[in-house]
Amino acid sequence: MTNMIPEFGQLALALAFALALVQGIMPLAGAARSNAAWMSVGRSAAHAQLLCLAIAFGVLTYSFVISDFSVAYVANNSNRSLPLAYRIAGVWGGHEGSLLLWMLIFALWSAAVTLFSRRLPEDMVARVLGVMGLVAAGFLAFMIFTSNPFNRLLPAPADGRDLNPLLQDIGMVLHPPFLYMGYVGFSVAFAFSIAALISGRFDAAWARWSRPWTTVAWVFLTLGNAAGSWWAYYELGWGGWWFWDPVENSSFMPWLLGTGLIHSLAVTEKRGTFRSWTVLLAISTFAFSLLGTFLVRSGVLTSVHAFASDPMRGVFMLAFLVAVVGGSLAVYAWRSPRIRVRGGTFSLLSRESLLLTNNVLLAAATGTVMLGTMYPLALDALGLGRVSVGSPYFDTVFLPVMAPVLFLIGVGPIARWKRAHLPDLASRLRWAFAVSLAAGLALPFAFGDWSPLVAFGMALAAWIVATTAVSVWDRIRSPAPSAFYGMVLAHVGMAVLILGITVVRGYETQKEVRMEAGDTVELSGYVYRFDGVTQVQGANYVAAQATIEVTRSGKRVATLYPSKRTYLSQQKPMTEAAIDAGITRDLYATLGDALDAGTWLVRVQYKPFLNWIWAGIALMACGGLLAAGDRRYRLAVRSQREEQAVMQPLEVRGQHG
Amino acid sequence: MAKALFLALLLLLSGSALGKEAAPAVADPQLEARAMAIAGQLRCPVCQNQTIAESDADLAKDVRNLIREQLRQGKTEEDIVGYMKARYGDFILWRPPFKSTTLLLWLGPLLLLAVALIGLFYRLARERKAGEVELSEADHARAALLLESRTEAEGR
Repeated sequence: MTNMIPEFGQLALALAFALALVQGIMPLAGAARSNAAWMSVGRSAAHAQLLCLAIAFGVLTYSFVISDFSVAYVANNSNRSLPLAYRIAGVWGGHEGSLLLWMLIFALWSAAVTLFSRRLPEDMVARVLGVMGLVAAGFLAFMIFTSNPFNRLLPAPADGRDLNPLLQDIGMVLHPPFLYMGYVGFSVAFAFSIAALISGRFDAAWARWSRPWTTVAWVFLTLGNAAGSWWAYYELGWGGWWFWDPVENSSFMPWLLGTGLIHSLAVTEKRGTFRSWTVLLAISTFAFSLLGTFLVRSGVLTSVHAFASDPMRGVFMLAFLVAVVGGSLAVYAWRSPRIRVRGGTFSLLSRESLLLTNNVLLAAATGTVMLGTMYPLALDALGLGRVSVGSPYFDTVFLPVMAPVLFLIGVGPIARWKRAHLPDLASRLRWAFAVSLAAGLALPFAFGDWSPLVAFGMALAAWIVATTAVSVWDRIRSPAPSAFYGMVLAHVGMAVLILGITVVRGYETQKEVRMEAGDTVELSGYVYRFDGVTQVQGANYVAAQATIEVTRSGKRVATLYPSKRTYLSQQKPMTEAAIDAGITRDLYATLGDALDAGTWLVRVQYKPFLNWIWAGIALMACGGLLAAGDRRYRLAVRSQREEQAVMQPLEVRGQHG
Repeated sequence: MAKALFLALLLLLSGSALGKEAAPAVADPQLEARAMAIAGQLRCPVCQNQTIAESDADLAKDVRNLIREQLRQGKTEEDIVGYMKARYGDFILWRPPFKSTTLLLWLGPLLLLAVALIGLFYRLARERKAGEVELSEADHARAALLLESRTEAEGR
């Protein structure tokens, strides 16, 4: 008596695939032949596709809610004892379901494009939707043929295998949707670029249209990465928040490139230059988003060999990536020579050249992360031995590439467009440089010992804050657009993030002790008193929970309840850290093994300024939102005809340079 | 009632034991710190992307004990890392060794940076030359249009 509902999901997926093909072909053909009827198909197809995917997603969610283990994916990622909230989150707890979530979000973004593009030229919208339709078709084919979430498992098992306990957590519930919102959002910038290439209207208007979409995508990706990092921090139980793990790297690479893209789009919009570079960046940012999606859940990172034993997925996704990247590069090679429009020229020292330098360095940083992430896989696949590339490697090679980028944050916004004068620039940056130097020399003593790396981090943070203050001071006399303040907020957020990382890495302390009830341990001024362990019953686990009273100079600070959970479906206990978060420090306690009846291993950690990391990221995200909401983008669309002339900046020789 | 009793007992216990400093998890905290620093550079061969220091796996515990043992025997960090490498291969090192097969890994970032900077230099050099490009008739026309529209805009 299996129910038929999953078949509806299957059907909805197939329909979505057909609609994606229609959306991929008709509007593009219509735009090429100026056929308005064909072009208009794009919007309806996108809406219908969203409906189909919403149905498919609903069906899968329903199968999880009623624990229909005749669906193989549900059986692999759920369990009767799993609480309802995690049964729903389990929908994207594995490979197939997370692809479905990706696709649903993709359909949402396509629908958003149809809604917010009413004022754009119809053929432009048609081409954008067409490109997105082609990507959707490829992705849906990948799902249907290699990773179908509705495949049956008959006869149905009595109970499911359970969702990985590590994923039964709010941080992991939020992480994938945010990440995918980011990944998929970059597809809009990608589609706009391809559409601009095809149409030959390779003008700066395209950059202006792309900007808010790209910035919103970047905000989501920023938050998605933060959610993952935050989760690792409190859920994995050893107090780290970034491990240079391949999984983290694969979502960090699109973030780095996306950051470059935001800046490159700004130049293209304002000055009409770097068009080719911006297009290439838009293509590669999206390509890295696709790569990230595939890498994480496909299993290739865990073991090349396990992956090779089921080569279907690998071959398909490689083919898909090659098609997307190769196809767009082909379009680029075909179109770009014919539409070489000269943008505004600029001198060797100008905001343009500084932003280009930042872009190029961000690309090199992305390449570095990619090298470290893929190298062991490549070496292993070629049979040249197995190596591990971990944080010691990345710490060594990443900082030297990134440090100049961070330094340039201070110079770029202050330099003038077209031509900056070195003496002028130097005189405006003088005192910011002095502040930064002083911070590097003196600030570390406020926390403890002076060390070169800590001093460098603090000097860098101070440099960004001080130079940002200079640029605000310059703009304060005339009202600046909200995009400017968005940039200010994001850059200050970066400084806050750097400060957080520097302090926590420089001054964190920890102790591992054996404790009986009543024992105390002192760490960085805080006294932890262990008050024993009690048994706690959870929904689908039992836990041993310790009570730890924290005092400072006799005053009560917090009570921590670190625990060890044993999930009913698993054998190994999981550590649940207890954290008392504060502005200047986190107190972090974890419960280890029981040594005998009353004695437990306890690890306490003191993490100064850790929350500045999250605060910095939150500021960056707020800055992005502020920039994306700039009313210029809305006004710009309205007065578009006027722009056509202005949007193709052309410099008359003799006026400058 | 039982809860209150338990609490009272707890208070009593904690009162009597107040000030008793918990013993470090290991006899020699300094040796432990060195051991964990070494363990942090080694990969747990049976886990997913964890260090020997972080992992709860039995193998990781054995390796940690092995490191402590060797430190007690007076071996240096290099000795121990070398021993681990000989026993488990390069795979156990989170910092891959510099050798022929990892040449590209270690020099790659430098190469990338060089390519990026050369590309940048080339682009900037082109920008310098570009100033000398002759403008076509159409360009002049467009420039005129542009200037006109600007003047108009300013006039408004």
